[in-house]
Amino acid sequence: MRSARWVGERVSRCEQTLAIASVFVVALLFTACRREERRFRETPPSATPTTVRVSALQPGAMVDTTHVGNPYENNAYAQSEGQRLYNAYGCVGCHANGGGGMGPALMDDKWIYGSAPENIYTTIIQGRPNGMPSFAGKIPSYQVWQLVTYVRSLSGLTPAGGRSARSDDIMMYPGSQALPMHVKPVQSFRPPASEMP
Amino acid sequence: MVRLRTNRLGCPFVLRSLAAVALLAACTREKAPEQARQPAAAQLPASGAPQATAPLAPEDGQWVRPTKDYAGLRYSQLAEITTANVKNLKPAWTFSTAVLRGHEEPPIVVNNTMYILTPFPNLLYALDLTKPGAPVKWMFDPKPRSEAQGVACCDVVNRGPTWADGKIVFNTLDNNVVAVDANSGKQLWKTKVGDINTGETMTMAPLVVKNLVLVGNSGGEMGVRGWLKALDLGSGAVKWTAYSTGPDSSVLIGSRFKPFYPKDRGKDLGVSSWVGDQWMIGGGTVWGWVTYDPQLDLIYYGAANPGPWNPDQRPGDNKWTSTLFARDANTGEAVWAYQMSPHDLHDYDGVNENVLVDLPWKGQTRKVLLHPDRNGYMYVVDRTNGEVLSAQPYGYINSTAGVDLATGDLKYVASKHPALGEVVRDICPAAPGAKDWQPSSFSPRTGLLYVPHQNLCMDVESVEANYIAGTPYVGMNVIMKAGPGGNRGVVTAWDPVNGRPAWEIKEDLPVWSGALSTAGDVVFYGTMDGWFKAVDARNGTPLWQYKVGSGIIGQPVTYRGPDGKQYVAVMSGVGGWSGAIVAGNLDPRDSTAALGFAAAMADLPAKSTKGGTLYVFALP
Repeated sequence: MRSARWVGERVSRCEQTLAIASVFVVALLFTACRREERRFRETPPSATPTTVRVSALQPGAMVDTTHVGNPYENNAYAQSEGQRLYNAYGCVGCHANGGGGMGPALMDDKWIYGSAPENIYTTIIQGRPNGMPSFAGKIPSYQVWQLVTYVRSLSGLTPAGGRSARSDDIMMYPGSQALPMHVKPVQSFRPPASEMP
Repeated sequence: MVRLRTNRLGCPFVLRSLAAVALLAACTREKAPEQARQPAAAQLPASGAPQATAPLAPEDGQWVRPTKDYAGLRYSQLAEITTANVKNLKPAWTFSTAVLRGHEEPPIVVNNTMYILTPFPNLLYALDLTKPGAPVKWMFDPKPRSEAQGVACCDVVNRGPTWADGKIVFNTLDNNVVAVDANSGKQLWKTKVGDINTGETMTMAPLVVKNLVLVGNSGGEMGVRGWLKALDLGSGAVKWTAYSTGPDSSVLIGSRFKPFYPKDRGKDLGVSSWVGDQWMIGGGTVWGWVTYDPQLDLIYYGAANPGPWNPDQRPGDNKWTSTLFARDANTGEAVWAYQMSPHDLHDYDGVNENVLVDLPWKGQTRKVLLHPDRNGYMYVVDRTNGEVLSAQPYGYINSTAGVDLATGDLKYVASKHPALGEVVRDICPAAPGAKDWQPSSFSPRTGLLYVPHQNLCMDVESVEANYIAGTPYVGMNVIMKAGPGGNRGVVTAWDPVNGRPAWEIKEDLPVWSGALSTAGDVVFYGTMDGWFKAVDARNGTPLWQYKVGSGIIGQPVTYRGPDGKQYVAVMSGVGGWSGAIVAGNLDPRDSTAALGFAAAMADLPAKSTKGGTLYVFALP
């Protein structure tokens, strides 16, 4: 009896733990949904370039830019696809793995044409006069959004949970095999009127 | 029961054993010590011993082209400034160029006028040396297309204008060759010879031989097909084009072509040493120096690296990349060629200067060219026929095990061969080579070649490169670092007779400036942290230095002013591939920034800021 009661107590404690754990797991599953979501038929929103401002200087009162938002912002799969495309389309050739070269660095907190997803989207599509090629008609729009996700992750602008834990390549960032998690995210939805390259 | 009996053996013992195993495992990763080649110990040549010489024209006190003379000596017979009085050198005047990118160009001095061509946007200034402070006489703006900046691999530099027949001729970043009247600054002609949409740019200094303007393209990192073109000096019309890849007809290889080594003989090697039509995007650009021998009537230049850098994507010897060419100066016809780095594994290029000297060699005097190649060997080549007389290392080399003088072959070291998806560590020299574009100077007085260069190694990882026209075609993650000894730069006074350094000066940063030697036995060069230095040409003793505004990567020159005094001039303005971290505001937390150069230069932003300024010095 004594031992049976002991077993009974034990079971109930175990059940309790299980119940709590499963609540956590289910909650975790829900949160992870968007992170691991893979779409088989892409219907990305079209960018609306008319509302994307490249200057923060507006006559009179400030009217904020309408943010299109990036459907892939939290999505780990889109981000890793973005990383693959970043290499495949040769972005890496000019911007290196975020540090820059022929083109400006993408991992710092200086954004000539804006860091908001729609700013980066239009920069890729339209090109920029000091050397950024225009990829309009060359890259499908959902891939551009995936690139946007990856480019923003380089400076820590995307949620850390969606970023890949480690790089697949040569150790590029001293002291770490991971993407630069230590980078303090700097949101600059309105592009600063910084220098032109 | 599978369980470690930690209680019986004791936890510390288990931990210690594990640590030992881990250490052993780590040990097996270490490779056997590699066979490296490095320069022989520096030794001053014996006085009175036979030395290299070069014929000199009477000194005119000018500096009409970046190389000063056709032979590329960069030597002036002016001797007012000497080893004894150089310590009194003072700035005479300065001039701001209004451009903040890397200033690799030399000032040009003709008819009491100094001409300065800036990096992009390629402004051309004429300064009147007859007036106090040398005011601007005129300024010419060629208005190059701004987008061209996006296809310039290694900063938007320009290596200088040239003067010929009353004209200043230069290249713009967006592939225009421009001739301007040297007196009035009015444009005489402008010829577009390349296309930025295929990745082409132009950064080299033209050489004018007789009535031909010789120009070449840049873009070896963009899948560009390299060429050298000759334009008519009077009209700007293109007279001929010699491609570096493709069928013999487009490389201008014909009946006169007699390469010294069998490996460089055969029909259409510019096609058959590639797979399929890869030669069309295979590189071999011509962005370095052209020199000219009036007696032989031949021009000499090197074709650059093959593309992409990832060598597994381009099986074959990849002719005629990383190759020395000798061509007829009138028709462009190839007379000989020698491929220094066949199937170039490490971006060793071939564009470095060819300095034409007469060398005592085994009892004879041979007409040679001295070519300090990026692959680390100082090639001494008989310039009449392309025979390599010697190829001694002038920097630290572990990627190759020497040059076979019988066959001309470069002996690659297999363990340093990049492989797709693998990281290969400690390849020396690194991609910019033991020396990059920065030109040497030869003094006929000392018989020594003064070589400004660098000491860098690299880790690489090959990745697949996709060809997209007008975008980078590289396929290599590169991380550079200082070579053995930790000094990233060296100035070597090379003794070509004995094949060894006469003396060396180790510099912390890569020496990315040109060198200048004078009849006062003074050698000038600059450092990337902004010191302009004068040393004794005979033994390297430091004599004088002056701190300028921004790092020096330009080519120092000297001239006689209208007042009869000797002046020394140099551009300050850090940048170029090595200084891209400053010029382009790069982020060194990414070690692959600037094709891996930023990793080796992470301290440069603390040592030099941007700024384009001319400095002119004279004795009081």
